[in-house]
Amino acid sequence: MERTEIISRTKDFLSREFEVDPSVIVPENNLQESLDLDSLDYVDLVVVIEENLGFKPTADDFKTIVTFEDFFNLVEQKLGA
Amino acid sequence: MENRVVITGIGIYSCIGENLTDVLDSLQKGRSGIIYDDPRKEFGYRSCLTGFVKDPDLKPFLSRRERIGMHQPAMFAYMSTKEALENAQLDVDFLEKTETGIIFGNDSTAGAVIETIDKARARKDNTLIGSGDIFQNMNCTVNMNLSTIFKLKGINFTLAAACASGSHSIGMGYLLIKQGLQDRVICGGAQEINVYAMGSFDGLGAFSVRHDAPTKASRPFDRDRDGLVPSGGSATVIIESLESALKRNAPIYGEIIGYGFSSNGDHISNPNFDGQYRSLQMSLKQAGISPDKIDYVNAHATSTPVGDSTEAEAIFDVFGNKVPVSSTKSMTGHECWMAGASEIVYSLLMMQNDFVAPNINFENPDEFSAKINVVPEYKEHKIDCFLSNSFGFGGTNSSLIVKKFIK
Repeated sequence: MERTEIISRTKDFLSREFEVDPSVIVPENNLQESLDLDSLDYVDLVVVIEENLGFKPTADDFKTIVTFEDFFNLVEQKLGA
Repeated sequence: MENRVVITGIGIYSCIGENLTDVLDSLQKGRSGIIYDDPRKEFGYRSCLTGFVKDPDLKPFLSRRERIGMHQPAMFAYMSTKEALENAQLDVDFLEKTETGIIFGNDSTAGAVIETIDKARARKDNTLIGSGDIFQNMNCTVNMNLSTIFKLKGINFTLAAACASGSHSIGMGYLLIKQGLQDRVICGGAQEINVYAMGSFDGLGAFSVRHDAPTKASRPFDRDRDGLVPSGGSATVIIESLESALKRNAPIYGEIIGYGFSSNGDHISNPNFDGQYRSLQMSLKQAGISPDKIDYVNAHATSTPVGDSTEAEAIFDVFGNKVPVSSTKSMTGHECWMAGASEIVYSLLMMQNDFVAPNINFENPDEFSAKINVVPEYKEHKIDCFLSNSFGFGGTNSSLIVKKFIK
C-alpha cells in the first residue's frame, strides 16, 4: 500500500471511530492527544487497525508511536511497503 | 428521626411516548404502544407482538467514550434520567458537588451479551471485541454508565428482581433516605426490547398471539385475554428527603409513604395470593393509613389469566370493590424490569392531572375481575393517594404508596 493511501485510509477510519476532525490526523501531530485516547481507547485502536489495515499491533509497537508519522511508518513496516 | 421522602423528578422513555408530555397524552387518550414486529417471526417467536421504542440517538448529548459502553438498557435509561434531572432542576455541577445515589432496576442485557459472543465466535480473539462490550454486558450497565455520566457520588448499585425491579429500586431508595443514609437517589427501571431479550420468555407460551389486532392484544382483567405483550424502555424517579428538596426549592411531585414487599416462597412463575396480600398489607401498615384512603390502584395485571385473577382477588380482599383500578399495561404491554418505575410515573401523571388512565380492552370481566372496579375508559377522578403493585418471577412482590405532597 502506498503511503498516500495509508494516510488517506487512516484519516478515514480513525476520524470515524474516535469522532475527530480528519484534519488533526497529520504526520506531525501527537496521536494520543489528537485522538484523545485513554487506556480503554487503545483496545479499540487495536480493533480498528486490525479491521482496516489487516494487522494487529502489539503493546511494543505502541511504545514506538508518538506522532502520526510514527504510526504511518509502523503501518508501512507491517505491510512491507 | 426518620426523614419524609418526596419525589422531585420523573422521566419516561416508553412505547406510549418518549417524554412526559406525550405519555400524558397517551394515558388520557388510551393509546396503545403495541406493534407487530416482523423480525420476531423470522427469529422463531411464537408471539411477534411487542411494545416498541426506538434506539435514541445519543450523539448530540454524549461523547464516544460515554456512549460506547451503552446498549439498550443504558441508552433508554439515559433518556428518561435526562428528562427527570431536568424537571428535578438538577445538573451535573450540582450532582458532582453533592451526594446523590443511583439504584436502578434492570434484569437482563441479552442483546449486548449475544452481540459480544457473536463477535468473539467470529474473531476467535477476545482482544478484538473492543472496550465497550463489558460495560454493555454487565447487568449493572445502567448504574455504571449513568453514575459516570452524571458524576454521582452516593450509593450505586443495580437492583434485579424480575418484573418488580423498578418498584423495589424506588423502595430501596426510599428506605435509605428515610433512614438518613442518603439525601437523594435516582431510582428507576430499564428494559431492553431487542429480539434476543424475550425469546426464552416467549417460549413459555405466555405471550398473546392476537397478531391480527396488536393494540387489542394486551387486555388485563378481560375475560378474553390470551397472554401478555412484552415491552420496554425506561422510567426514572428521583427521590429526595423533604429537607433536601425544600432546601434547594425543588419541585415536589408526590410523597412516598409506604413500601411493602414479600416473597412467595412458592412456585417460580405462578403468582400467589398470600404473597401479594402480605405485600399490600405491609405497604398500608407502613404508610399508617386504612385501605379506604387509597384513591387509585395501578395494578400489576399483565394480561395473563392466572396473574390477573390472583391480583384481583388480593385487591378485592384488601380494598373491596370501590377503589378505581387500572392496569396501564393494557396500553404499554408488560415493561418488565421497568414496569414498577414506569407505573409510578404514569400514576403520578394521573394524580397531577386528576384522572384515571383507562384499562383499555377491558370489555368483559371474568369472575375475579368482576369483583373489583376496573376502569375501562378515561375517568376524571381526584387522586390524593395511590398504590402501585409489582410482582415478579421467583415470587418477588412490591407495593408502593404515594400521596400528594402536603407541607
